[in-house]
Parts: sequence; C-alpha cells; structure tokens
Amino acid sequence: MLRVESINVSYDTIQVLHDLTFHVDEGEIVTLIGANGAGKTTTLHTISGLIRPKSGSVAFEGADITRLPADRIVKAGLCQVPEGRRIFANLSVMENLEMGAYSQRNRAKATESLEQVFRSFPRLRERRTQSAGTLSGGEQQMLAIGRALMARPKLLLLDEPSMGLAPLLVKEIFSIVQEINRSGTTVLLVEQNARMALSIANRAYVLETGRIVASGDAKELSESEEVRKAYLGM
Amino acid sequence: MVFLQQLVNGISLGSVYSLIAIGYTMVYGIVKLINFAHGDILMIGAFCGYYAFLWAQGSASPVLAVAFAFLLAMAISALVGVIIEKTCYKPLRNAPRINALITAIGVSIVLENGARVIPFMGPNPRQVSIPEAFKGVFALGGLTISKVQVLTLATSLVLMVVLTAFVQLTRTGKAMRAVSHDMDAAQLMGISVNRIVSITFAIGAALGGAAGVLYAMNFPMINPYMGIMPGLKAFIAAVFGGIGSIPGAMIGGLVMGVAETLTKGFISSKLADAVAFGILIVILLVRPSGLLGKSAREKV
Ligand SMILES: Nc1ncnc2c1ncn2[C@@H]1O[C@H](COP(=O)(O)OP(=O)(O)O)[C@@H](O)[C@H]1O
Ligand SMILES: [Mg+2]
Repeated sequence: MLRVESINVSYDTIQVLHDLTFHVDEGEIVTLIGANGAGKTTTLHTISGLIRPKSGSVAFEGADITRLPADRIVKAGLCQVPEGRRIFANLSVMENLEMGAYSQRNRAKATESLEQVFRSFPRLRERRTQSAGTLSGGEQQMLAIGRALMARPKLLLLDEPSMGLAPLLVKEIFSIVQEINRSGTTVLLVEQNARMALSIANRAYVLETGRIVASGDAKELSESEEVRKAYLGM
Repeated sequence: MVFLQQLVNGISLGSVYSLIAIGYTMVYGIVKLINFAHGDILMIGAFCGYYAFLWAQGSASPVLAVAFAFLLAMAISALVGVIIEKTCYKPLRNAPRINALITAIGVSIVLENGARVIPFMGPNPRQVSIPEAFKGVFALGGLTISKVQVLTLATSLVLMVVLTAFVQLTRTGKAMRAVSHDMDAAQLMGISVNRIVSITFAIGAALGGAAGVLYAMNFPMINPYMGIMPGLKAFIAAVFGGIGSIPGAMIGGLVMGVAETLTKGFISSKLADAVAFGILIVILLVRPSGLLGKSAREKV
C-alpha cells in the first residue's frame, strides 16, 4: 500500500535520512521505532509531502506521490496525526473536526464520519463547542486522532501519539489505534514507546540515525536480544 | 461639542484605517509578513474610484456610481494583491522574514513609481469628482456630519460585518484561521495553503481598495504617493490592536482615527502625524503584542 524507496532527506546540508526503504501493506499496523532524533518525524513528513526527499520515491497504492503537494496526498487517502498533536487551539473542537474533513466535499459522508468520531470519542461530543486549546492533553490527542479520521484515510500515520500522556491514557490511545485498524484503516505508527508499539503492531522497523537497522515481525523483534537491550531497557 | 464633533470625524476616518489595518493583520496572521505594499493598494483603489466616478458622471444614478466605484476598486485591488503575492511573496514563503519584508518595501516603491509613469495615473494630483448627491452635510444639533462620512461609516461597518461572518462561519474562513495557527498542520488536514494565502491577499487587498475609494471621497486629491501615510497609520493601528487579530485591527483603526482628529482639534494639525508614530513607540515599549494580540511567547 505504501512503498518508501531509498529516500535521502536533508535539512540544509545535514543529511537526516539515508537510503530509507520500507513498506506498509494493506490492513497492517506497522511501527517505526527509534530514539529521539533518529529521523522518525522526518520520515513521516516526507511521506506526507511537507518535506521533499533529495532522492528516492514514495508510492501510495501504486501511484508515485513523491512530488505531490501535501493537500493532494491527504485527498489520496493518506492522513497524518502529527507529533505534539498540533490541534488548532484557536478553533473550537467542532471546527477542528470540520478541518479534518476539509478534503471531504460530500456533506453526508462528513456527517457520518463525525458521528463515528463522536462514538469513538464521546468526550469530544461533550466538548464540541469548547475552544480546542482548553482541552487536556489526552483530550487533545483524541481530537488530533479524531480530526485525522474525519478525512476517512486508508492509511493513517501516527507520530508518537503516546507522547506526554499518563500510562492509563497511553493504554487507551493504543487500544483506540487497534480499534481503528480493525475497522479497516491501515496504520503506520511512529513511537519512542517501543514496548507498547511492538505489542500492537504486526511488523516493525527500527530506525537509528536515519538508517533502518532492524526489521521484521513485531513479536520476534521484541524478543530479539538487541532490541530488548536498546529499546526495551532490559 | 467640539469634542463630539472631532469624535465623529475620528470614528469616520478611523473606520477607513480599520479597513486598511485588516489587510495588514490578515496577511501577517497567515504568512507572518508585514506587507508594506498594502498602503499602495489603497492608492490603486482610489484611482479606480476616480475613474469610476468620471465614467459614471451625469449618466447613472449616484448610488450606482458609488457601487460601481467600490466594485471596480475592490476587484482591481484584489487582482493586484494576488498577483503581487504569487510573483513576489510566494517564492519567499520559506525564506527568512526579513527577505520578504525588504521585498514588500521594494514592491511598494515599484507600485508608487509605476503609478507615476502609467499614463492614466501619472505624477500629478487629480481631483476626484464625487457625485453631487454625496456632497453636503447633515446637521444634528450642533454636530455636522457629511454625507461622505455617513457613507464611510456605513460601508466600513458592512464590510467588517461581512468579513467577520466569513472568517467565523465559512469553511474557507475556518481554514484561514487554521492556517494562521499552524500552516503545516493545516496542510496535513488537506487544506491547500497556496489557495488560502491567495484568498487572504485577495480579501485584504479588496478591503484596502474599498478604503481607497472612501479615502478619496474624504480627501478628494489623489496621487501615486497618497497611500503611504494612511498605510503607515493603519499599520500602527494593526500593531495597536495586536497584529494578527482582526477585531484588534478594527479597534486599532478607530483609535488611530480618533487620536488623529482629537490632536487636530485640540492640539495642532501639524502634530497629528507625530502623535500617530508616538502611539507606535508607546505600544512597542509598553505592550508589543498589542491590545488583543497573543504574547510573543505563545506565538512560537
Ligand atoms: N527543521 C529542522 N531543521 C534542521 N534539522 C532538523 C529539523 N527537524 C529535525 N532536524 C534534525 O533531524 C534529525 C531527525 O529529527 P526527527 O525526524 O525529528 O527525529 P525523531 O522524530 O525521530 O525524534 C535530528 O537530528 C534533528 O535535530
Ligand atoms: Mg519525532
């Protein structure tokens, strides 16, 4: 479904991603784990079209999207929940969700998506008229996910959804991600919380200073000596 | 009475500054650029008004003539605003803001001097022929309000109400607010930032063009440099209100207008402009984020 082919990405003169190659198949949860600064966010921004790779290509459902503007990539069915949530704090909860459905011109479908999001996140319905900036961290993360779901993505990219949340909330967010996947959305999950990510993913890639250093079945990886030492702290 | 009279004059003049200030503040809110060419859009709007009145002279009804003047000025100004954005500012969207600022000053110089050499504009002042029906004053007790002032207030008010409704209620308006808060996140939601930036420039310039017609009706001598002073004062108004805030720009414009007429009425006409810049200095010292602006820390 998503094929990233040997992309090289630099900020000014510093190369951050080196010949990165990986793929996500339809229906999977794939996780990309790695330490802070490994290049996970850069990878997702490149896929979403916010950053252009110096070389290499990104293909989504067989079509080359490497040079497509970011908004067209969303219309193609690839949506991202960015790191740090990035909700529109100056807009209400409802308006944030409307912005998520920006590419959806079909009113009936947008209303249906809204109902689905409110069913998954009842808190958002209660707070729909509230300014999004006044939500708690967990609610903001739910809004960020709900906002992305409004576009009905085929592939959802999540950048560290557990960041800054209490353990109980982290659990909740991860079970929501599984729920989203079960209802038919393919997921590419970026995490520093390797343990949680590996526990829900089908496959995993380990990123170290812009290179993939290990990959494979999530379960097998979580049992491998190296990954346990470096990322699971045991 | 003199005070009330100057207050009325100030609110009328200030509403024109408000219209111009909105253009500064909207553009800043989206692309973080002080568009110093915005004052010259007012000049272009004024020339459009001048020709609209000339062509409509004697023929159509005066109301139609005024409506035609506004439509022409707003359409041409919006077009010029979008062309400037696409050709001059868009290539610099990711460049340091100082580069864009210098470009804006350059665009301003090009517009002013371009207007000097374009045959139907030219360097010499021109007298605007306001339709007869809009000349004259109403007397209310001891106050006199000119018909042009009434038109100025009414037009500004309608435009500001329509703009507020647009920004608050429409899908595009909400997208403008989203882009102004976080451009990258807006792109990730499928919002075409290029389209939103163009619409913002178009709306800002259209309001500037309408302000040009009003300004030309209030001060009916127009020339290529006429946009500089009102442009600067409106910029100060935008800073006063908190640059990036539309309601702030509206209030700031009124404050600048009233400050100007009160200075003229009670202190000295010569000092009016000095007071405007004095206000800027005081804001920058006391509250750089302005009346309704977010503090600089939050903006990051
Ligand atoms: N806008 C930027 N300009 C320059 N360097 C950046 C920028 N964003 C990230 N980097 C650098 O690129 C590397 C990868 O960053 P990032 O993709 O954010 O990593 P991660 O998401 O895995 O923490 C880091 O060394 C970081 O300092
Ligand atoms: Mg990151």
